[in-house]
Amino acid sequence: MNTSIKSKAASVRFDSVSKIYGGDVTAVDNVSIQVEAGELVTLLGPSGCGKTTTLRMIAGLEMASSGQIFIDNTDVTILPATERDVSMVFQSYALFPHMSVAENVAYGLKVSKVNKKDIKEKTETGLALVGLEGYGTRLPSELSGGQQQRVAVARALVLEPQVLLFDEPLSNLDAKLRRQVRDEIRELQTTLGLTVVYVTHDQEEALAVSDRIIVMRNAAIAQSGTPRELYEAPADEFVADFIGEANLMDVTITDIDVSNGFANVRLGTLSLTLDARGNNAGAAKLAVRPNRIQLVAPDTPNSLKAGVSKCTYVGNHMEYVVETEFGDWFATTDNVDTVFEAGKSVGVQFNERGPVLIPHP
Amino acid sequence: MNRTIALWFVVGLAGFTLFPWYVLEDGFFSFEWLDGYPYDSDYAPALFLIAQSEKLWLAPLALFLALPLLSIGRVKNDPAISKILIIAGAGGLIYLLAQGFAIGIRGFNSELLAALIDLDGQRQFGFGYGAMLLSAAFLFFLTTGVAARGVVNGDVFVVGAIGFVIAIVSMFILFPVLNMLSSALQTNDGVYSIRVFIEKFFDDKIWGLGCLSENRSCGVAWNSLSLAVLVGALTTLLGLVFALVATRSGLRQAHLLRPLTVLPIITPPFVIGLAIILLFGLSGAVTQFVADLFGLQPTRWVYGMPGILIAQMLSFTPIAFLVLIGVVEGVSPSMEEASQTLRASRWQTFINVSLPLMRPGLANAFLLGFIESMADFGNPLVLGGNFDVLSTEIFFAIVGAQNDQGKAAVLAIVLLIFTLSAFYAQRRWLGKKSYTTQTGKGDGGMPAELPKRVLFPSYCLVAIWGSFTLVVYGMIVYGGFVEVWGLNHTITLKHYITAFDVAMTDNGIHWRGSAWDSFWTTLRIAGTAAPLTAAIGLVTAYLLVRQNFAGKNAFEFGTMLSFAIPGTVIGVAYILAFNVPPLELTGTGVILILSFIFRNMPVGVRAGIASMSQLDKSLDEASLTLGANTWRTFKSVILPLMRPAILAALVFSFVRAMTAISAVIFLVSAEHNMATSYIIGRVENNDYGIAIAYSTALIVVMLTVVTLTQLLVGKAKTGRKTSPTDMPS
Repeated sequence: MNTSIKSKAASVRFDSVSKIYGGDVTAVDNVSIQVEAGELVTLLGPSGCGKTTTLRMIAGLEMASSGQIFIDNTDVTILPATERDVSMVFQSYALFPHMSVAENVAYGLKVSKVNKKDIKEKTETGLALVGLEGYGTRLPSELSGGQQQRVAVARALVLEPQVLLFDEPLSNLDAKLRRQVRDEIRELQTTLGLTVVYVTHDQEEALAVSDRIIVMRNAAIAQSGTPRELYEAPADEFVADFIGEANLMDVTITDIDVSNGFANVRLGTLSLTLDARGNNAGAAKLAVRPNRIQLVAPDTPNSLKAGVSKCTYVGNHMEYVVETEFGDWFATTDNVDTVFEAGKSVGVQFNERGPVLIPHP
Repeated sequence: MNRTIALWFVVGLAGFTLFPWYVLEDGFFSFEWLDGYPYDSDYAPALFLIAQSEKLWLAPLALFLALPLLSIGRVKNDPAISKILIIAGAGGLIYLLAQGFAIGIRGFNSELLAALIDLDGQRQFGFGYGAMLLSAAFLFFLTTGVAARGVVNGDVFVVGAIGFVIAIVSMFILFPVLNMLSSALQTNDGVYSIRVFIEKFFDDKIWGLGCLSENRSCGVAWNSLSLAVLVGALTTLLGLVFALVATRSGLRQAHLLRPLTVLPIITPPFVIGLAIILLFGLSGAVTQFVADLFGLQPTRWVYGMPGILIAQMLSFTPIAFLVLIGVVEGVSPSMEEASQTLRASRWQTFINVSLPLMRPGLANAFLLGFIESMADFGNPLVLGGNFDVLSTEIFFAIVGAQNDQGKAAVLAIVLLIFTLSAFYAQRRWLGKKSYTTQTGKGDGGMPAELPKRVLFPSYCLVAIWGSFTLVVYGMIVYGGFVEVWGLNHTITLKHYITAFDVAMTDNGIHWRGSAWDSFWTTLRIAGTAAPLTAAIGLVTAYLLVRQNFAGKNAFEFGTMLSFAIPGTVIGVAYILAFNVPPLELTGTGVILILSFIFRNMPVGVRAGIASMSQLDKSLDEASLTLGANTWRTFKSVILPLMRPAILAALVFSFVRAMTAISAVIFLVSAEHNMATSYIIGRVENNDYGIAIAYSTALIVVMLTVVTLTQLLVGKAKTGRKTSPTDMPS
């Protein structure tokens, strides 16, 4: 790989940043974030949670109403987008339709008055980096969606920005292409050592691509951590349900083993031993992923009595809805050969690992 | 000192030391002023005036100009810089305007000041190029200073553009209109009197209701109002019928109706009136035919309300058609399909779904017709007879024997109140509704066909009115080739020769025809006004669509305001405001250009807004994050993508300037006569042949321009068709 495009990766820090529109609409509420240099951090959340506003504040397209923003430990809070060393890949790609692919990629270099020879070289390197050598003379409208996407990435990369921003870059691509482009972005980021902040509302995409995920809800941060931390130890019901589905159930903690911090949990005829995560004896919430629920023959020891109310074959796995005295649960299993038909009785068990207690608020 | 400040400092310096300070009688480009420059006090730059101890009150301007030099050597973000610039800019502007308004042709305009300070008989004329350049420098010092305080993210280009638009709109729209209001409050001797105003305002000639009870004519206000309501209602109805037939009849020939929409743009407003006279006047073709057939005495029935009504309906129906065709197409077919799948018949669907969805568009068309009729000057002038309307009354108050500026101002205010109320109603009532009928999402489905009981009468109306329009335009062409209309119908080229004769002489081409003079003036002035109108319109549109700043709503209202000000009102306001220093413009070509720019600016703004809102905002943002500043973004991303809109705005303002009459007729001079006012002059002399021939020539010229542009725009596709937002999702 040609190395004439280097990384000037820098850290990003938000200090109690808020963004208020028109005096009363709070889009981002007192958010503090730290992104290390060379790290890929994803802002994840449902629409309207403030993730895009946060991203745009890093770019300088929105100005913070209060708080401070640092890039490379320099205060950039009042700098407009033009003066920040940050590039962005837009959801719509925002390729200039009246310029050729090469002109698009060269645009940022041209306005920063780089000399002509370097512009040409960097443009070519940039296009090569995203696998589009020889496409320079085409118009964006003559490229496919995936190719346009890559041009947008190349255009942002050639400026060697301190921070590279992605605003839902895959949302305009079809499902198969998404996985491929996602992997390419991750590969570029790791090889070039870029600092990337990535916005998406797709939890699977976030899990696959990130070093760290910041889950946002109602203009504030709900939880931040590695993909595994978020999935396996969600901080609250919202995160548990938003990242991968979860069956949330009311359980009773009979006692806590103080020596190792484990709790003995009862749910009807089931009993489990799980990390207490700050819960005391008494009522608690348990989150169980659908694939951690196992359906067994009725009356199997240490299983819960249930009825199958829905059974769907979706090709590579089965989806069930089971009715128990504690509510309806959603379960999936890879075993498509043994089918529990709707209307029949069934036994329900939980996997050893997987069920997790929601920390006491 | 940064580059922007340096640039404007140089401009200001040139204005102060190089360019003639006062307005030049023979115009700048005659270069008459080089004789005697720089010492002759009529032609001297301000610096030379002061050096010769003349006009010493200009001296403080030098101080304000020099102030920004204090910013040399300071660091970029020093808050002192913004303070220096604001003081220099605002102070300089205020002082410049204050001295301009205070000291005029007779020395001090206020007796109080004259008693306090002795000017030793000195006086001054209007601002010239020197003063203009210096004011520009002051203005941009001010905006740069304001930007340095962090307004609009500290963007110098955006703040500068906002400041510039505010300055020119205040100067050329607000100032003349307010000035006119104040002159309405004065007696003819210049004394302020509310009593006189009330007397004039509630004059029986304006508001009288004599026509209801006895056999007298009603006040002009009622005449105008009733005419405008009728025209609004009838043109909306006809426009709707045409729009329905054009889009919903399933008739393949229906697209032939579309060229109709071009007609009002290329037709000078009074030309329809002329054609009506040729048809229904005393010696008109129809009148004669009917008189012969039934042995009746021909009458002058067409002069008055009926004639104006017919002419205005012919003129403005295409406008309603243009508005409603968009509205009818905007009604989502899936709504109608939904209605039909819910067992509604075509008639029920039309009445309960389609029509209500068109309601905002219908209101819009009505108000447009109303405003256009109120503002129309040409047709009432040609066809009015004894039926007086506001716009013509204003004209006669100024140019007639009365020369009563106060009365003209009062009438103008009445007219302004009507149109502004309509304008306000339109904005208030419709607001943004008219934009939201289309969602931008792909909307499949077929528009419902019209029910039979709507379709059949529609066909009839379209056929009748369409052929009537054709006959009228036929008359216009034919009339130019007839010896004397009504008496001698021999075909002749006489009128064209009189108007457009060209002879080859030893000295080259000799433009002998009587029309050439005004024709070239018109082309030159319209050609100068068009690019300026388009530029100001697009910059304003950019500010409105893409930028957020305090007071944006007021800004928008100010820029769209001139749309609601009838041409006659602008005409009166301009001669009242720009007849005396500091802005002495009457009799020049500049005042015509200015009136066109500000009359047509709303159209440029609208066109700009429409095309800019189709541009994905992330294109601008992408450019910004790639390190381009706003000016660069505007120049290399937005402008190229708006090429079709720019071209359309150019053509439209050019053509509008060529066909305008209402404001023009107040502002023309012997030196700068325009085609339309020349034609009106011929009509007043009963010289219909030349008038019609000239009108035909104008229509042909404009039709050529419009057609050529459409071909050009059609080719200049760029890559816009598949904008990135159109990606499959």
